[in-house]
Amino acid sequence: MNAMRKRLGAALAVLVALGLAAGAAMAAEGGKPPAQTWSFDGLFGTYDRAAAQRGFLVYNTVCAACHSLSLVAYRNLDGIGFKDDAIKAIAAAKEVPDGPNDQGEMFNRPGRPADRFARPFANDNAARAANNGALPPDLSLITKARKGGADYIHALMVGYKEPPTGVQMMEGMQYNAYFPGNQIAMAPPLTEGQVEYADGTKATVAQMAHDVATFLTWAAEPEMEERKRMGVKVLLFLIVLTAMLYALKRQIWTDVH
Amino acid sequence: MAAKSYSNPIVKWIEYRLPIFSFLDHELNEYPTPRNLNYWWNFGSLAGIILVIMIATGIVLAMSYMPHVNYAFESVERIMRDVNYGWLLRYIHSNGGSAFFIVVYIHLFRGMYYGSYKAPRELLWIIGVVILLAMMATAFMGYVLPWGQMSFWAATVITNLFSAVPLVGESIVTWLWGGFSVDNPTLNRFYSLHYLLPFVIFALVFVHLWALHVHKSNNPTGVDIKGPQDTIPFHPYYTIKDTFGLGAFMIVFMFFVFFAPNFFGEPDNYIKANPLVTPAHIVPEWYFLPYYAILRAITFDIWFIPAKLIGVAAMFGSILILLFLPWLDRSKVRSATFRPIYKQVFWVFVVDCIILGWVGANTPDADFHGVKMLWIGQAATFYYFFHIVILIPLISVLETPRALPDSISQAVTPGGKS
Repeated sequence: MNAMRKRLGAALAVLVALGLAAGAAMAAEGGKPPAQTWSFDGLFGTYDRAAAQRGFLVYNTVCAACHSLSLVAYRNLDGIGFKDDAIKAIAAAKEVPDGPNDQGEMFNRPGRPADRFARPFANDNAARAANNGALPPDLSLITKARKGGADYIHALMVGYKEPPTGVQMMEGMQYNAYFPGNQIAMAPPLTEGQVEYADGTKATVAQMAHDVATFLTWAAEPEMEERKRMGVKVLLFLIVLTAMLYALKRQIWTDVH
Repeated sequence: MAAKSYSNPIVKWIEYRLPIFSFLDHELNEYPTPRNLNYWWNFGSLAGIILVIMIATGIVLAMSYMPHVNYAFESVERIMRDVNYGWLLRYIHSNGGSAFFIVVYIHLFRGMYYGSYKAPRELLWIIGVVILLAMMATAFMGYVLPWGQMSFWAATVITNLFSAVPLVGESIVTWLWGGFSVDNPTLNRFYSLHYLLPFVIFALVFVHLWALHVHKSNNPTGVDIKGPQDTIPFHPYYTIKDTFGLGAFMIVFMFFVFFAPNFFGEPDNYIKANPLVTPAHIVPEWYFLPYYAILRAITFDIWFIPAKLIGVAAMFGSILILLFLPWLDRSKVRSATFRPIYKQVFWVFVVDCIILGWVGANTPDADFHGVKMLWIGQAATFYYFFHIVILIPLISVLETPRALPDSISQAVTPGGKS
């Protein structure tokens, strides 16, 4: 294990030196995110369509400037209740690279529903160059890839604070109570009234955090509603079947006992 | 094998050339089974069924999986999002791995409690330990395939263990990797072996059953079968009991598949592998945690032997030592029911294994009410080997077992004949 420890130490040193994702470089854990109430909790949970659609608006206007969502396609948006025309319009508003054409040139064209979400940067290096060396992670699986899932996303969005006295902040870092290590490269992304919700919901930071966490949970687990619906049926079937098997077992074994 | 006559001409034709019908009848239908097997005996057939579930889902998953460092992670997500019921197949397969180990560990502890490893079932037990080793190799390589952060770093840590081998260690590691780090050649070969090993396990299970059917199942009294009054035919008695057990097991298994599919997983494995970023805590899957604790418990050199080598030896030794259990335990009495002292230390051993798992999940310098996790791990590791190497032989010689029943039927039927 000594070789491993050395390797680990070296990797950490590199991260600190480059001032990259501060979270991974810090051994300290962030605060435990408080549990929120979610529409998708529980055995019968579903995604609140209105919240998920509002969350998409927040992602599309705010997060998408830096964070890709590369595993999700525009056509998938029908899963949170967007109609075909709306999906076409959302996709068409984006430029996606395509090609080569007949002349052998790459070109940009408006997005189509079959396209995956357009990336804000051409590659990771471009993303780092534009973000003070930090790499904004892809958000497709973010709620599955962080302890606490949606609670963590919500807590992170509302967790920006003044650093406590005595905490030395690194260049360009923000203090966040829930980020591992507490120093995050992302500036506070949400401000009150930043987006205008079509349904008249007041766009407070907490509201937007809740909505975008709902949207990202859907993006990470688009199969969840089908999974839970099927699961309820499968469990009911198995419970009845097993009860009958038990009765049959009792009956067959009567002459042995 | 009793010659049996069949009236169906096709069956008759086949039976004359390949006596498969009388074989199946003999081994699965009339097969005499002790009448007193309790529900702990369900876990053998459960393990066999899970193996079949794993192979079936695995073969279908392999149709959409791409073993390449650039596509593996994305292809798994394609299975989750775009393949019809791909999420179901994958969640059954990933949770099936955990289910397999739970069931096999219970099966193994049952064997230890009731002395199922004792003569004449030593080879049956040894084949079982070999199956466990093959399962571990398969599970480890399967965990690498999604190419998440934990996949990559688990592969790095585990393959690096072989560098502890004196002189040729580094060469072995390079050979295992197919290069100078865990990379595409490593992923390719792990995929190939992950597909191969389950079929090796399948063959081993067949040999395991073959050995089982020679001397038949052990039973809760540990007393040999003495005659027909001690047994009942496998079908319908144990077919229905096993089927009922399967139903009960499936309720629990399917609950996790549908409602908590990532319960046994690590969030970090939903981040694509990145050789430049080490996760804060590298932890193996839960079923390897006790061995991980044993590995990390050895922090001291002994004479000229480096700690790392001793740790690796202790980790592999913790399983290999089970091969010698039939000879370490000298007691003629199989079942712990009739062994008052062994029965108690058996449960201490079970608790010890659970403690090792808990220690494995924590960092060694973590603090438990002022006690360093490392010390708990060292004490638990010591007890693990102390139990098997010292306590089992010692108790087996010193203990006075309780009187055994004359026969199975005498034990289970009031006024039964012996």
